Amino acid sequence: MRVSLFVTCLVDQLWPEVGTSAVEVLRRTGCEVVFDERQTCCGQPAFNTGYRSDARVLARRFIEIFEDAGADAIVSPSGSCTAMVHHFHQLFEDDEHWRKRAEAIAQRTHEFSSFLVNVLGVDDVGASFRGRVTWHDACHGLRDLNLHSEPRRLIKGVRGVEFVELPNADACCGFGGTFSVKYPEISVAILDNKIAEIEKAGVRAVTSGDASCLMQIRGRLTRQKSGVRAMHLAELLASRED
Amino acid sequence: MDHLTSETFDQNARDALRDPQLRGALRNLANTIGDRRKFAITTVDDWEALREQARAIKDQVLSHLDEYVEAFAVNAERAGATVHWAHDAAGACEIVIRLLRERSATQVVKSKSMATEEIHLNAALEAEGLSPIETDLGEWIIQLARETPSHIVVPAIHKSKKQIAELFVEKLGIELSDDVAVLTRAARRVLRQRFVEAQVGISGVNFGVAETGTILILENEGNVRLTTSLPRTHIALMGIEKVIPRLVDLDVFLKLLPRSGTGQRLTAYQSLITGVKRSATDEGPEEVHIILMDNGRSRMLAHPVTRQSLACIRCGACLNACPVYQQVGGHAYGSVYPGPIGAVITPQLIGIGKAAQLPFASSLCGACREVCPVKIDIPELLLHLRAEVVEGTGSGTADQKGPVKRKLMERIAFEAKVDGAYRLPSLRVRVVQSSSV
Repeated sequence: MRVSLFVTCLVDQLWPEVGTSAVEVLRRTGCEVVFDERQTCCGQPAFNTGYRSDARVLARRFIEIFEDAGADAIVSPSGSCTAMVHHFHQLFEDDEHWRKRAEAIAQRTHEFSSFLVNVLGVDDVGASFRGRVTWHDACHGLRDLNLHSEPRRLIKGVRGVEFVELPNADACCGFGGTFSVKYPEISVAILDNKIAEIEKAGVRAVTSGDASCLMQIRGRLTRQKSGVRAMHLAELLASRED
Repeated sequence: MDHLTSETFDQNARDALRDPQLRGALRNLANTIGDRRKFAITTVDDWEALREQARAIKDQVLSHLDEYVEAFAVNAERAGATVHWAHDAAGACEIVIRLLRERSATQVVKSKSMATEEIHLNAALEAEGLSPIETDLGEWIIQLARETPSHIVVPAIHKSKKQIAELFVEKLGIELSDDVAVLTRAARRVLRQRFVEAQVGISGVNFGVAETGTILILENEGNVRLTTSLPRTHIALMGIEKVIPRLVDLDVFLKLLPRSGTGQRLTAYQSLITGVKRSATDEGPEEVHIILMDNGRSRMLAHPVTRQSLACIRCGACLNACPVYQQVGGHAYGSVYPGPIGAVITPQLIGIGKAAQLPFASSLCGACREVCPVKIDIPELLLHLRAEVVEGTGSGTADQKGPVKRKLMERIAFEAKVDGAYRLPSLRVRVVQSSSV
């Protein structure tokens, strides 16, 4: 299957290992991965802060570029950015032409874990990792894309992993994009509940499907000199520790 | 006390985060009511189907609101009630004041009602020299403390038992006690006397049934039953969106509201009131006045996105589920309605210029949408209002930080359009060079 990687801004600029890991895992499952270097932001920061006309510019650009790829599927290591692509149609309520193109692109755009489990039918990608691992449900993946069992199946498929369910795994980490910039004190207060649960879980790694939440979590863990590693699911699935 | 405003949400929130007593109380709320709700919704066969049904009923009403409200008014009057129409908060207050004056009422009891909070009825009555007594325990505590509710269902949730005990020592002259039963008994003793003396009782309305003109009010303390039956005159304030078509629709809403609001299968009391008492030997008031209030609701009705705000049944579940509310509590919002639904309704009620921060006071996690018994897409509404703040599509004044951010967003969009410059060159190298399988 020919897959076009939608890598997302955060991964591109701040956590590239997530992108390379995703490519590795996809290739391992037999996919041909293509990457269009013209790709940019999907427009979510603009859309979520109310700048709809700017978001529209970026959405159109996204649609044009990913239509060009001629791929069977567009895959992204982010539930949040994937959800944004699924929201594109809202930007074109009065524009049938673009709305149809937006809907067609959304149909082919999959979040990484959902693509592996629901499209490829894979839950063992041949990864291995030693230790206890837990999972944080990133909000948009969970509530906009209904991802719940997919990442858990994949984690449980990793050899050497003992999966631990995180209490309140579905509670927000406090990131919320520009929310964490606008209201940093509230954001950190929310985050501290998450960090406390992670520490209590006694795990080697906390995983999630969004680099954004993971940066929020990792930032706090690092400053608290925690031994827990924040890892993207793609990184865990690319691991080979045996 | 000085009441906070929505305009200073950021500062209010910072102050709230530094209040350990408040944060303890809020943790309690999320753990108790939140968990009780989770269990309660498993006690009906198909919660999702009920939510769908409830929303469909609300959508049906909202698409023909004028007809349903009219039918409700006709049938309520047929049953002997008097219906009044209030365009806004001031109008509604005026009607209440006039009704009290005409009856030379000096003793007025009130049951808990967010609609009366919305129009600041108590302040309006006090300005006229009338002192209505709140009879819901939580509301009465707030009234004694000269505060405002911090939650739409549990108004005194921000106060500790100790604070309430000290308040009762000061205001009621009782001995200090940490026994809830003792405190409640003290409140009951004072309030029972007020009920006996009251000439008029003022209540809100949970649902107004169009086909019968019946109003339904839910509660747990019995104070609504007393407020609406003991005094000779009952005045009910009702937002026009509270109308539902048929009595059988209550079957759906009575399953949803107590479970969502307090995690109960049913509240202790359900008062169904249809007009006045029929004969002299019947119990109940001689006069029932229902004030149908718009106060910005028809404006919300106008747009298909904002219309769903009117489906709200004021259960408070979104407050309990919201990570932001859980941290900062209700007062920080500086509005009558706090939490996610408050962040949606307030800008529409008081003007977006005065509440421009509220739609941004959310991480957009969607927990509110997940628990809402009438499936209001609160994140969608927040995004809609954010666009209104930024792009000025509504009546609002722009966000203060607007111009700077505007430039940033334009820049991102522009550079992306030109040649994808908003991207570091590093990744393509990494991806292309990465793993060969």
